[in-house]
Amino acid sequence: MTTAATPVQHAVEVNDISRVFTGRKGASVTALDAVNLTVAPGEFVSLIGPSGCGKSTLLRLIADLDTPTSGSIEVFGKTARQARIDQDYGIAFQQAGLLPWRTVAGNIELPLELHGADKAARRERAAELIELVGLTDFAAHYPDQLSGGMQQRVAIARSLAESPSLLLMDEPFGALDEMTRERMQNELVRICAETGAAVVFVTHSIPEAVFLSNRVVVMSPRPGRIRDVLSVNLGRMSDRGENLREEEGFFHSVSRVRELLHGAAPTGARGVETR
Amino acid sequence: MTQRMPRRILVGALGVLALALLWELYIFLGPADGVVVGGLTVLPRASEMAMPHLWVMLERALDPVTGSASAVPMWQAVLAASLFTLGISAVGWIVGVTVGLALALLMQRFTLAESAILPWIILSQTVPLIALAPLVRRWGAQIEFGAFSWENWMSVALIASYLAFFPVSIGALKGLGSPDANHVDLMRCYAVGWWKTLWRLRLPASVGYLLPALRLAAASAVIGSVVAEVSIGLRGGIGRLIVEYAGAAGSDPGKPWAPIFGSILVGLVAAGFVGLISLFLRRFRRGEVAA
Repeated sequence: MTTAATPVQHAVEVNDISRVFTGRKGASVTALDAVNLTVAPGEFVSLIGPSGCGKSTLLRLIADLDTPTSGSIEVFGKTARQARIDQDYGIAFQQAGLLPWRTVAGNIELPLELHGADKAARRERAAELIELVGLTDFAAHYPDQLSGGMQQRVAIARSLAESPSLLLMDEPFGALDEMTRERMQNELVRICAETGAAVVFVTHSIPEAVFLSNRVVVMSPRPGRIRDVLSVNLGRMSDRGENLREEEGFFHSVSRVRELLHGAAPTGARGVETR
Repeated sequence: MTQRMPRRILVGALGVLALALLWELYIFLGPADGVVVGGLTVLPRASEMAMPHLWVMLERALDPVTGSASAVPMWQAVLAASLFTLGISAVGWIVGVTVGLALALLMQRFTLAESAILPWIILSQTVPLIALAPLVRRWGAQIEFGAFSWENWMSVALIASYLAFFPVSIGALKGLGSPDANHVDLMRCYAVGWWKTLWRLRLPASVGYLLPALRLAAASAVIGSVVAEVSIGLRGGIGRLIVEYAGAAGSDPGKPWAPIFGSILVGLVAAGFVGLISLFLRRFRRGEVAA
């Protein structure tokens, strides 16, 4: 990465960053400490760890919603700030965050509208994305008329509006029930295969991380650090389907992540719980 | 909503009817000299002078204002005065809403402005109107350039706006700050500036806070106009009529009631106008319905 001539450019390159929050009375909390991470183009990387391990902070730093205390972040070879200004990433949060006064189509069009795309192009792109997330019959509905899962699908469609090569997702399925959640995961896998975007995905759920990812980054709290990175070899995105959840390799990776999270092998590792 | 509309009108009409019945019932049952406990009158006198029948009020409104041959029917005089006051209130409301919004935007944009201005805004409402009216009139009288000269009705409108701007500035400030952190983050991710964020996010989000504030401002503007007309001594408005006709109560008990109903009418029209605005902005209040 020191040689400027490297032809392969990382989607995300996090170099030795720390983030210290200073509270009142000088008390400081180290949310992230000396974190290094690279994400290749088209790669799906999950950040997993207990509350307070800094996984959301890391995502916010990549999104330039926050600035690191030390270290540097590059997104497609640019500073995080420049990448944000150039709209190199799409983002989705745990709350769908739709504007309640806009229809489904209107919400998906929002980023295009803000960046001056003309009306016809906006319409066309929104229709495409609405079909991609399977909400064709709901284009004219308002967010309060949709279920939580549908709202989250709209948010994902909105994050894809400008065809970003990087998606940043902060527990987007965290507030959904288990069944909806699994269906959304299947859809996300399909969408990622279709768009070829790299994804940084924050989650609490071990099976979710394993099912979706090429690599799972396991983090530990106080101070937030990367404990280990696990490569999940479960095949290409486009080949992943519902059956994957029943496979031996899936269970194996789930228990590996659990071991890493807890620091030791728990007894009865095969008793995989769904959350 | 459309299904319930006739029902709501019916309930409203029943409420007015109940009030009228209560009035007449007290006149019928209440003692003519009122109820006095230990030298204090706790219930009013029910005499014809103190509490005229509703039909007396109505009949009086249809009769000419005075005995002179040129006098117009009283309802006409009251209606003309109501329109006059409504016009002044409207000017006061528009000025008040504009100033209130401008202050709210300034305070939203600069935190420093909020801590500098907000206390003064709140303090401003503790100044009694009656103290303010002569000052405004005196200052206004000194304003004159070219063909423009300050007139008394402008002083009244200014005082009305002084009352009206308060709820708007407070409501708008709260409304502009109401979007979720999520939405604000999203706008930052989209790398759009303050103005675009204002137009696409903060203003639409503030509608739910703004509408009650506008309604309050309308009521305040009407009250401000009526009171300021009296304190400044402006002729032609409903405030002046209330004072003038009250003087006749001794011999003509039905007369003071007409301008009171006139001022109620002004208030209703003002509230109805804001209701009309909220009808157009219904889309932006969707969030309030969502679970």
